[in-house]
Amino acid sequence: MSTEQMILILVSVVTAATPLAFAAFGELVTERAGVLNLGVEGMMLLGAVIGFAVTKDSGSLAFGFFAGMLAGMAMALIFAVLTQHLQTNQVATGLALTLFGAGLSAFIGKPYVGMTLTGLNPISIPYLSDIPVLGHLLFHYDLVVYGSFVLLFGLIWFFKHSHWGLVVRAVGESPVAAHAIGYPVIRIRYFAILFGGAMSGIAGAYLSLAITPLWVEGMTAGRGWIALALVVFATWKPTRVMVGAYLFGGVTILQFYGQGMGIHVPSQILSMLPYIVTVVVLVLISRNPKTILLNQPMSLGVSFSPRT
Amino acid sequence: MPRLERRAQPSRVMMFASPLIAAVLMLMTGYILFSIMGKEPLHAFWVFFIKPLTTTYGIGEWLLKSTPLILCGIGLAIGFRARVFNIGAEGQFTMGAIAAGGVALYFYNTDAVWILPLMMLAGVLGGMAWAAIPAFLRTRFNTNEILVTLMLVYVAQLFLGYLVQGPWRDPEGFNFPQSRMFTDSETMPVLVEGLRVNWAFIVALVLVAVSWFFSFKMFAGFRMEVSGQAPDAARYAGFSEKRNVWFALLISGGLAGFAGMAEVAGPIGQLQPIISPGYGFAAIIVAYVGRLHPLGVLLASLLLSLLYLGGETAQMDLNLPSAITGLFQGILLFYLLAADIFIHYRLKPSPSDSRTTITSPPEPEGDIT
Repeated sequence: MSTEQMILILVSVVTAATPLAFAAFGELVTERAGVLNLGVEGMMLLGAVIGFAVTKDSGSLAFGFFAGMLAGMAMALIFAVLTQHLQTNQVATGLALTLFGAGLSAFIGKPYVGMTLTGLNPISIPYLSDIPVLGHLLFHYDLVVYGSFVLLFGLIWFFKHSHWGLVVRAVGESPVAAHAIGYPVIRIRYFAILFGGAMSGIAGAYLSLAITPLWVEGMTAGRGWIALALVVFATWKPTRVMVGAYLFGGVTILQFYGQGMGIHVPSQILSMLPYIVTVVVLVLISRNPKTILLNQPMSLGVSFSPRT
Repeated sequence: MPRLERRAQPSRVMMFASPLIAAVLMLMTGYILFSIMGKEPLHAFWVFFIKPLTTTYGIGEWLLKSTPLILCGIGLAIGFRARVFNIGAEGQFTMGAIAAGGVALYFYNTDAVWILPLMMLAGVLGGMAWAAIPAFLRTRFNTNEILVTLMLVYVAQLFLGYLVQGPWRDPEGFNFPQSRMFTDSETMPVLVEGLRVNWAFIVALVLVAVSWFFSFKMFAGFRMEVSGQAPDAARYAGFSEKRNVWFALLISGGLAGFAGMAEVAGPIGQLQPIISPGYGFAAIIVAYVGRLHPLGVLLASLLLSLLYLGGETAQMDLNLPSAITGLFQGILLFYLLAADIFIHYRLKPSPSDSRTTITSPPEPEGDIT
């Protein structure tokens, strides 16, 4: 295989990993605050369709991404109102969010099916991208890819070194204690849920604006659920989320290049890989119950009400 | 400002009223939605909810589409009661269809009465086998069944796609990705001549009764209920959690598999890449809207199947996208979850006498919805 081919494959791994990383980072923050939002897939779908529609109508990719982010946040807001104020069960509400997102996005996206647009272009960082091989591999991506690394380092800093990062963790571990020392648990959880929605929205918009610049019904194809699995796989740690996202990005890409690399397996069987790998890594990580118990935020999925 | 106050006892009235409130709110939202889209709302309502049921054929279609929802719904409800969240009924449905279709294609030239029962058995076993994977992984490796069942949906659908494009493609089918049509002895007999609704609907009704008997009259059903509502009490009583997980997944998988069989050996009549408009996912809504009760599931299935049917009619008559069905389904579930708060809380008009509030009882652990 030639160097150009190798670079091509590695670059597509990066583009496949980026939306997973965004969605998983968002869910990571939500879960660290003790809230389990199973609606990632729904928020991504809405981000994808709104991002595409707004870009198509306004002609601006920036608007599209922004609108996709807002769409994800709007979905997250529904989830937040239901789970934080009305104390609904988080599992059921998250499932509802995914089903609703699938329906709503198909509905909104109907007029846009079959349309195309010019997707997000990579930008070359001056000088650095001129380095042979490495330059193209490391410094020739679109802004969102760089954004995912900014997000990674931002989150590491946030949870390790910032005051509010510690507060979010406290809220996730013990909302009762955080409430007792005067932190607004519900409000903090709201922010965490909205952040999760925003990141899922961007992840969705990246699918419909950068990876395949078109809208197809249900185009996330389970990526939202894979992002959820990634958070568990990463034992709620940002760095491991990133590693996991790239691992899955690689597996996803395998289906496109598998035939070319001489793997003679029907395309559908290769397409199963990301889902099977998800199951396998889940098994590996949860095999020892202690791994989950020690790392999972203590109050994950449990409603908290300051009233009682 | 009215505020929420905890009820001393969960309200039984609200328990049954909240699905109705949710349905009414969904209709009101539909009214607004139709208006926004420039359709005369009352006419749109008529086209969506009444017109499909004005013909005998329409009623047949209504019952036909409710069949897979009932079958998947009662299975999921049994699991949800025990807090086993199988959300991959769509995958088990697909695997049931594949297994039954495999039998049909294997005995293609055989004309015998035992083929159909064999297909049913294959359908049930196919669904069970697919659900056994998350059951095994959860009981043996502690793996979350929500994610595993969902991932397996995609795997099953891709597998079906592979089969109908590859080894099981109809040799005389002009390269279309579909299998041969099943013969008459491989197809579910219809209930009434001229309609498409078949005997699977009757089977579904019988299973509603069986599931009611199991959940409320048998010790095994009680055991699962306790495990869901009060896991600590269940552990103390020595009820095996593993047995519940296995049981819940095998039952719901088997029922979904049977539903898949009834779909390909019924209205579809062959294997295709897409065999379901999301029945397995809609069944999650059915289970919740039906209050995890077999009779509720039956009623909720009829409502959701009307949404499917109405979506099709509205597409033909009003030129509305049929995706509106999925939208209504999602909205319905949201309203239900929101209305459910009044099971445990009530509105209090003024906060002035708030100090007289009686101390609230602890939240019941098994607040499933």
